[in-house]
Amino acid sequence: MIVDDIAAVRDREHAARAAQKARIAVCSAAGCLSTGGSAVKDALTAAVAEQGAGTDVRVLGTGCLGLCHAGPLVRVDAQDAAPAMFEHVTPALAVAIVSGVVGGALPAEQRCDLTQPFFTRQHRIVTSDAGVVDAERIEDYLAANGYAALEKVLTEMRPEEVVREISASGLRGRGGAGYPTGLKWSTVAKAQGPGKFVVCNADEGDPGAFMDRSVLEGDPHRVLEGMAIAAFAVGAEQGYIYVRGEYPLAITRLKTAIRQAERMQLLGHRILDTQFNFRIDIRIGAGAFVCGEETALISSIEGKRGTPRPRPPFPAEAGLWGRPTLINNVETYANIAPIILAGGSRFATLGTEHSKGTKVFALAGRIVNTGLVEVPMGIPLREIIYDIGGGIPDGRTFKAAQTGGPSGGCIPAAHLDLPVDYEALAGIGSIMGSGGLIVMDETSCMVDVARYFMEFCRDESCGKCIPCRAGTVQMHEILLKMTRGTADERDLGLLEQLAELVTRTSLCGLGQTAANPVMSTLHHFREEYMAHIRDKVCPAGVCPMHAEDRP
Amino acid sequence: MKMLDAAMKRHRHQPDSLIEILHTAQELFGYLDVQCLKYVGHALKVPPSRVYGVATFYNIFSLKPRGAHTCVVCLGTACYVKGTAAILAAIERDQHVEVGGTTPDGQVSLVTARCLGACGLAPALVLDNEIHGAMTPETALARIKAWTDHDRG
Repeated sequence: MIVDDIAAVRDREHAARAAQKARIAVCSAAGCLSTGGSAVKDALTAAVAEQGAGTDVRVLGTGCLGLCHAGPLVRVDAQDAAPAMFEHVTPALAVAIVSGVVGGALPAEQRCDLTQPFFTRQHRIVTSDAGVVDAERIEDYLAANGYAALEKVLTEMRPEEVVREISASGLRGRGGAGYPTGLKWSTVAKAQGPGKFVVCNADEGDPGAFMDRSVLEGDPHRVLEGMAIAAFAVGAEQGYIYVRGEYPLAITRLKTAIRQAERMQLLGHRILDTQFNFRIDIRIGAGAFVCGEETALISSIEGKRGTPRPRPPFPAEAGLWGRPTLINNVETYANIAPIILAGGSRFATLGTEHSKGTKVFALAGRIVNTGLVEVPMGIPLREIIYDIGGGIPDGRTFKAAQTGGPSGGCIPAAHLDLPVDYEALAGIGSIMGSGGLIVMDETSCMVDVARYFMEFCRDESCGKCIPCRAGTVQMHEILLKMTRGTADERDLGLLEQLAELVTRTSLCGLGQTAANPVMSTLHHFREEYMAHIRDKVCPAGVCPMHAEDRP
Repeated sequence: MKMLDAAMKRHRHQPDSLIEILHTAQELFGYLDVQCLKYVGHALKVPPSRVYGVATFYNIFSLKPRGAHTCVVCLGTACYVKGTAAILAAIERDQHVEVGGTTPDGQVSLVTARCLGACGLAPALVLDNEIHGAMTPETALARIKAWTDHDRG
C-alpha cells in the first residue's frame, strides 16, 4: 500500500465517524474483561442492532480507560455532548446506555465523574488512544493519525535526523534504569555491519506493574510503529517482541496487529513502497523474571536458558546472535511516534530538567483509585497518591509507596512532596522502575515487605553468579528470622554487610538491585526493624513472631 | 505429535525455536514428559541436557501432569499487600495441597504466579484461565468447592 491508499483509509474512517451519532467504547483490557467486560460489549452490540442504530452508533473495544477497580468501564462520546463514562457496567445497564444514546438522554446512575482529578490531572501521550482506538482494528489507529510518524520518517527524514530528534526529546528508557534513548539509538546506528536487530522488551516482570500490558492490549500498533521507526533509524530489518507468557491477550492482539500491518504494507517488505524492509516476530517468555535483563532476554530469544552475561560488550555492539541490537521497552517505543510528530524539542518542554515527557504509573495496593495513570514527570508523589489516586481507603493512613518492584524501594510519608523523576527517586534509595506504584498503609510491615521482595529475588535468581544466588538465600533467611522474632542485632549487621556485598558484586541488575528494598526500608523504617529485633514485636501486627509459624 | 511436527517445521527446525516449541508441546499435551523432551531435542538437534535445562529453568513449563483444574494464586506485591498469603494458606489447608502440587484425586493443581498484571483487581486468582478479582479466603474456597463438588460428585 502506498501513502495515498493510507490517506484514503483515513478519509473513509473520518467520514464514517462524522456520520455517526455516537461512539460507545468498552474497556477491553484484561482488568475490565475479567469483571465481565466482554458480556457488556456483547450486550451493547446486541442492543445497538436491536434498536436499529447500527449506522449511527458504533461500539468499540478499546485500551485501558484507567479506573480498573470500577470496571467494566464504558465511555460514550456523542456527537453533540460532552463525553460520559459509566462504571461497574452490567449488561442491563448497557442496554439502558444504548437507549439513552438513541433517545438523547443517558442514564443518570453509575456515572463516573470525569471532572475528578483522576482524569483531569493526567497528561496522556502514551495512553492517548485509549477510548478512541479499537485495539483490534488498524483502521481506527490510522484514523487517529497512526503510522503518520512512520510515513514522515520514511518520506521526509534521514535515519540520523530521526536519531537526532529522539535525542532532542530527552526521552529516557522507561524500563527502569532510564538510559537516554537517543544515545542508545545512535550507538546502534553507528555500529557496523548488516543484520542488526530491534527488540522490544515486553517482559514486564515487576510485580505490581501493568502499564506495558495495557499498552500492548490497547494500542499494539503504537508499539509496532515505534519499533519500525527505530529500525529505520538504526538500520535494522528484523525485530522481535519478547512478551510475557502470562499476558495471553496482549500476545493475541499483537499477532493480529502484526498481520494487519503486514497486509497494509506498513510492516514487512518495501514498507509504504520505499526501500525499507522490516519484519517483526513475537517471542513468548516462559516465566522468568531475570529475562527482563537485556542480556538474559537475548539468551532467551536465542532459545536458551535466560541467564545474563557480563557487559561490555553491550547489546548495542554485540547482542542477539552477536549482532548490534537495540533494546527498548514497550512504553519507550510507544513514545516514539508522538515525538516524531510533535518534534523532539516540543516533547522536551514537558517534565523536569533530566526527565522529560510523561510516565505511566500503575496504581495499586491500598489506594482508592487503583488503575492506570499517565502524569507529567516531576509531579509530586502526594499529588499522584492523594489527588489522582484518591488517597487511602477505610480511613487508614499512608505508610509507604513502593516503586521499582523488587529493584526499588519504599518511600515514606516524609518524602511525599518529592517530584517524581529518575534522579529524585534514586536520591532516596528507590528507582523509577517500570512504573508500578504500590501504596501501603499501616497494615503493612516493612520488614515483611523486605522479606517478601527478597523471597522474590531468591526464587528468580538465575543462579549463574554466586553473590546473587547465595546472597539472596542468606538475606532471606535473616529477614525470615526477624519476622519470627528470633533475630538479634548481630543479624542486622550481617544483613547490612550482605546487602552491600550483593549489590557490589552481582553480575546483572537483578542481583545488583536485589538489596534495594532492604536498604531503603532499613533507612526509612529502622525503628520497625529494631522493634522486631529488640522487643520481638511486629508493630503492624503482620509477622507471626513465633518460630513455628510460617510468615 | 503431528501438530508438534508441524510447529517445528514452521520454525524450520531452528535450534533457537526451542522455547516456542516447548510452549506448543505444553499446550498440546498439558505438560512436558521426558519422551516429549527427547523427541523435541532430537528434531531440533539440541542436546538433551540443554532441552532439560531450558524446560526446568522457566516457570511456565511443567514436567508433571496438571490436575483437572488449575488454581493460580497471584503473589504480586499489590495482591500480597491486600492479603493473598491468607488466601493461599486457606486453600492449602482446605484442599490438602501444597504449592506446585495437585490434590491426591488429581482434581486441583495449586500454583502461584509472580504477578498477573491485574493489580487493580487485587487480590486476584486465576481459576482455569479466568481471572477473578477482589477475592477473600471464603470466596476463593467457595469457587474451588464448586469445581470439586461438581466433579467429585
